[in-house]
Amino acid sequence: MSNQTTFSQKLKNYLHHPGSFIMMLLVLLGAIITFAVLIFLIIYILVHGVPYIKPSLFSFTYTSDNASLMPALVNTVTMTLLSLVVAVPLGIFAAIFLVEYAKRGNKFMGIIRLTTETLSGIPSIVYGLFGMLFFVNTLGWGFSLLAGAFTLAIMILPLIMRTTEEALKAVPDTFREGSFGLGAGKLRTVFRIVLPSAIPGILAGIILAIGRIVGETAALMYTAGTVANIPSSVMGSGRTLAVHMYNLASEGLYMDQAYATAVILLILVVGINALSSVIAKRLTKA
Amino acid sequence: MKSKAWNEKFMQGVFFIAACASVLAVALICVFLFANGVPAIKEIGFVKFLTGEMWKPNNDIYGILPMIVGSIYVTAGAIIVGVPIGILTSVFMAMYCPKKIYKPLKAATELLAGIPSVVYGFFGLVVLVPWMRDLGRTLKELGLTKSSGNGSSILTASVLLGMMILPTIIGVTESAIRSVPQHYYEGALALGATHERSIFRVIMPAAKSGVIAGIVLGVGRAIGETMAVIMVAGNQARMPAGLLKGVRTLTANIVIEMGYATDLHREALIATGVVLFVFILIINFSVALLNGRSSRE
Repeated sequence: MSNQTTFSQKLKNYLHHPGSFIMMLLVLLGAIITFAVLIFLIIYILVHGVPYIKPSLFSFTYTSDNASLMPALVNTVTMTLLSLVVAVPLGIFAAIFLVEYAKRGNKFMGIIRLTTETLSGIPSIVYGLFGMLFFVNTLGWGFSLLAGAFTLAIMILPLIMRTTEEALKAVPDTFREGSFGLGAGKLRTVFRIVLPSAIPGILAGIILAIGRIVGETAALMYTAGTVANIPSSVMGSGRTLAVHMYNLASEGLYMDQAYATAVILLILVVGINALSSVIAKRLTKA
Repeated sequence: MKSKAWNEKFMQGVFFIAACASVLAVALICVFLFANGVPAIKEIGFVKFLTGEMWKPNNDIYGILPMIVGSIYVTAGAIIVGVPIGILTSVFMAMYCPKKIYKPLKAATELLAGIPSVVYGFFGLVVLVPWMRDLGRTLKELGLTKSSGNGSSILTASVLLGMMILPTIIGVTESAIRSVPQHYYEGALALGATHERSIFRVIMPAAKSGVIAGIVLGVGRAIGETMAVIMVAGNQARMPAGLLKGVRTLTANIVIEMGYATDLHREALIATGVVLFVFILIINFSVALLNGRSSRE
């Protein structure tokens, strides 16, 4: 762009084009509002929440005195692991089929594409309703971590499929041809050559999916339930950190703890996002 | 050799079955939602359910018009708040931003997308709601409105949702702007247009279909948002009466009452989900249509 023009020249130009000047100011204003909102939100929550982060918040049992977030944190980790165990193999295998096996322009590909796009647009409360009707009632699992995890697994499936697809497509065809040339079969090529080179991209997608699981509320309230303690098995009900936070805020009795929980949630999400972008950066370097 | 070929076939089958999972999931979601929701709509009466202005589960009166109108109002509000700011920000990101600060700013917009909706809702509850309460009181003192409202209102929900759809709009619009060929911009400059004139008269019209797709995606997010809206919108199940009055959306209706609903009431809530689902399907299809058109151009 106009790198050579100096600042004063630019100003002079704007003097002749007041309309352009106003548009530039509007653009700047828009950008400033966006980033000011983000910074204000983060600082506000940190300032009000950090003083309330106390050891009692991290006790392993929830009581009405301590409003501990530790059980919810443990449930969040369990929920994340369970959902990933279901969704990651499914998503990666589906992406392998779409990229490595399906013939281009296949009608079935179009259907899969359409359904994954539909899945990624469905709001989380609809997933919650479906999870309640299918996993909780029809399969008879009751309010349980398992029902919540399966619901979330469906929710993150399109995300994992899409990022894996992109990572697989980014692997140059010469890799595959070289492997075939050395006498490896298709399966061997996929697992030994293509997948290892696509791992950073796949990981970045998985981490984004973890971010969605950690922040999810509406899909879990009527599938995993809202019990505030750690269940004895995955068939028991338990609430994740985001659900815990919603309950604290809507009950209105534990606002201090709600602030502190918001801080922990924010830190988790910021950390997860940063990790994902670091891994994605390594991908572009390689 | 024989076992190897068998292996290949077997794994190809496994991959194929995995690929079918998303199709199966969509089919299951459709079947279960419609099977549980449609009978209730039939029992209540299709027209009565969609256009009834009263939602009184205790008297077996189920009309979801207030919630449909509520969802449309807060979504429209979110668009009015979020779209101008989002588009201007994406213009900044694509055309103005110095290279040095681009990366941190891009990461910031991604973070905006990653913040959980409960955290947005909580922020709305502790910051926006008191602000709107004060605003309502000031307006009342000035004689501009009759009642000040308590801060939980259509306006509050619109502002919060406007913030929440920003990253969606910024992301899609920025990539639409970047996909416009560079020579469009250079040609406009060569004809004597200023930087701004080139952007808003040449590049933006060329990026139009992408920008619209971004807005429609934003609409989808706003309509489907649940927890943040519940925390700031007031949730009264009656026809919305003004910007500063409370409102209940389709999503809020489901979450608030599902906990204790039984029988027809419960089915009516699932039917509310069906209506929401149909809305979202329509929005998804229009995005697919828009994308199809822009890729053909």
